[in-house]
Amino acid sequence: MAEPYVELKSVSKYFGSVVALKDVSFDVCLGEVHCLLGDNGAGKSTLIKTLSGVYTPDEGEIRVQGKPARFASPADTRNSGIATVYQDLALVPLMSVARNFFLGREPMRKFGPIRQFDSEFANRTAYDEMSAMGIQLRDPEQPVGTLSGGERQCLAIARAVYFGAKVLILDEPTSALGVHQASVVLKLVVQSKARGIGVIFISHNVHHAYVVGDRFTLLKRGKSTGTYTKSEIDRDQLLNLMAGGKELVDLEQELTNRP
Amino acid sequence: MTAELRDERVRSVSRLSRLLSRPELGAAAGTVLVFVFFAITAGNTGLFSAKGIINFLEVSAQLGILAAPVALLMIAGEFDLSVGSMIGFAGILIAIPSVFWGWPIWLSLLFCFAVCGCIGALNGLAVVRTGLPSFIVTLGSLFMLRGLTLGLTRGISGRTQVSGVHELALNDPLNSLFSGQVLSGPIAWLSDIGLIGKRADGLPSISGIPVSIVWWIVLTLACTWLLTRSRFGNWIFAAGGEANAARNLGVPVARTKITLFVMTAMAAALFAAIQVLVTGSADTLRGTQKEFEAIIAVVIGGTLLTGGYGSAVGAMFGALIFGVVQMGIFYTGIDTDWFKLFMGAMMVIAVLFNSYVRNRAMRSR
Repeated sequence: MAEPYVELKSVSKYFGSVVALKDVSFDVCLGEVHCLLGDNGAGKSTLIKTLSGVYTPDEGEIRVQGKPARFASPADTRNSGIATVYQDLALVPLMSVARNFFLGREPMRKFGPIRQFDSEFANRTAYDEMSAMGIQLRDPEQPVGTLSGGERQCLAIARAVYFGAKVLILDEPTSALGVHQASVVLKLVVQSKARGIGVIFISHNVHHAYVVGDRFTLLKRGKSTGTYTKSEIDRDQLLNLMAGGKELVDLEQELTNRP
Repeated sequence: MTAELRDERVRSVSRLSRLLSRPELGAAAGTVLVFVFFAITAGNTGLFSAKGIINFLEVSAQLGILAAPVALLMIAGEFDLSVGSMIGFAGILIAIPSVFWGWPIWLSLLFCFAVCGCIGALNGLAVVRTGLPSFIVTLGSLFMLRGLTLGLTRGISGRTQVSGVHELALNDPLNSLFSGQVLSGPIAWLSDIGLIGKRADGLPSISGIPVSIVWWIVLTLACTWLLTRSRFGNWIFAAGGEANAARNLGVPVARTKITLFVMTAMAAALFAAIQVLVTGSADTLRGTQKEFEAIIAVVIGGTLLTGGYGSAVGAMFGALIFGVVQMGIFYTGIDTDWFKLFMGAMMVIAVLFNSYVRNRAMRSR
């Protein structure tokens, strides 16, 4: 196995008396999709926030490209090539695709003493980067509000990749989407992987995760129940490992036994 | 080849809908309507003579100077209700030092701009730091500034009006920047060839273009450039559209908003400087309700009350409509009491039209 790009080693995080994460190890290599699965409250959010520099771990260490790293802020993490795409995607619906793509990092062009927004470059780049992810824009100047859920996700991912992300953390990217849009996003995940990007795919939907994942880590009540490669585990085992599997079987039993 | 053809077709359709979803569209159409209306009802009253045009342009220009930066602030999602009181306060800041303390006019002007800029920054800081709605914060400033203006003026001069600025300003280097006229040469020439009427004494009916109109146009162009072509403009749209997303992407939302509050305060100071130097006096009641007139012009111009969308050119059309209607009603001899009814109705219609245009812009194309 290739060397992981980013690695959490026996990380623990406490909030007062609450143990949010206990002795969790997690890593991702370039060009692979590592799924992080777990029910609500399993510690997924804490793990992401630790990885993206919002929290610092109380125990254990983070390594980037083999070297110990200490993230002071989310911006610090971004500079190390780790980008988090949160559920709200950090998009402004009323602004154009191209302007969203470059928001906060506007390309400027000089006209004598005047520097102005290079909209031609912005339009072209946004269009090209989105097509590289497999989404053909109708018009890079259309407002983001007119895009579908999958297209918005694509914009957020393409933007992170364009600005140097080596590892993408996708926080529940399919949870708010319909069946068709979810499949668009899953294709984006595969596309990112094909471009050599490491993807951390956070989900509680085993069906979505199993389609795209190379490895799977399950979190349960703040602890990792292990990491499995796709060849070691099948979908049903994965479902059973998730809290939902056994509980749903029990519930089914209970309901059928009812007179 | 086929892909290219299809691309071509999609693009041409989207260009049409892009035009239809411009924020200024409604205001431009409204301007045409208002002009047609008064061309019919007041066509031969002198509203559209050189003198009449300058008259309504001057009214529009004064409001437009306020409306352009107010539009930017509203696109960033904030209100500034203090601009009206700021005009009164700024006027006093120019008149009292010159008349009572013997300061030269240029120094009083600089003083006025500096103080107003600081108050604008305070407004902005208060809004950004407290997280309170700017509507409430600047409503407070509206009353505080008016009270301060009255108290200071009465305390120092014993009256509510300070006059006598004209004589002091006569030879001031900055005087012509705010109260002069431009293009007198070309106007005289246009009059000689008969395009502009002459008065009974043989002089042209207008002697030049008031400098306030130049300020209006320059400010509108500058604000438009800022909004659509500069990095700052991107931040304005983002701050009003989705402040949280903007912050997460590293946009200095707080700094953007504070800068805009400084700009609206400076625009109020400019308004006051023009008014004081043209009329030669300052009055504690100057600028009353201008904050609302500016908001009306901006909203008629297609800017959303909720922020994130709008234009400075639209605000220019809004101000133009305001001026034409105000002077048009005067020229047609309709009782001017009806003016406010008309403007209020116009704004409500504009808001309805804007939300229609916005929904159109946001619909999947």
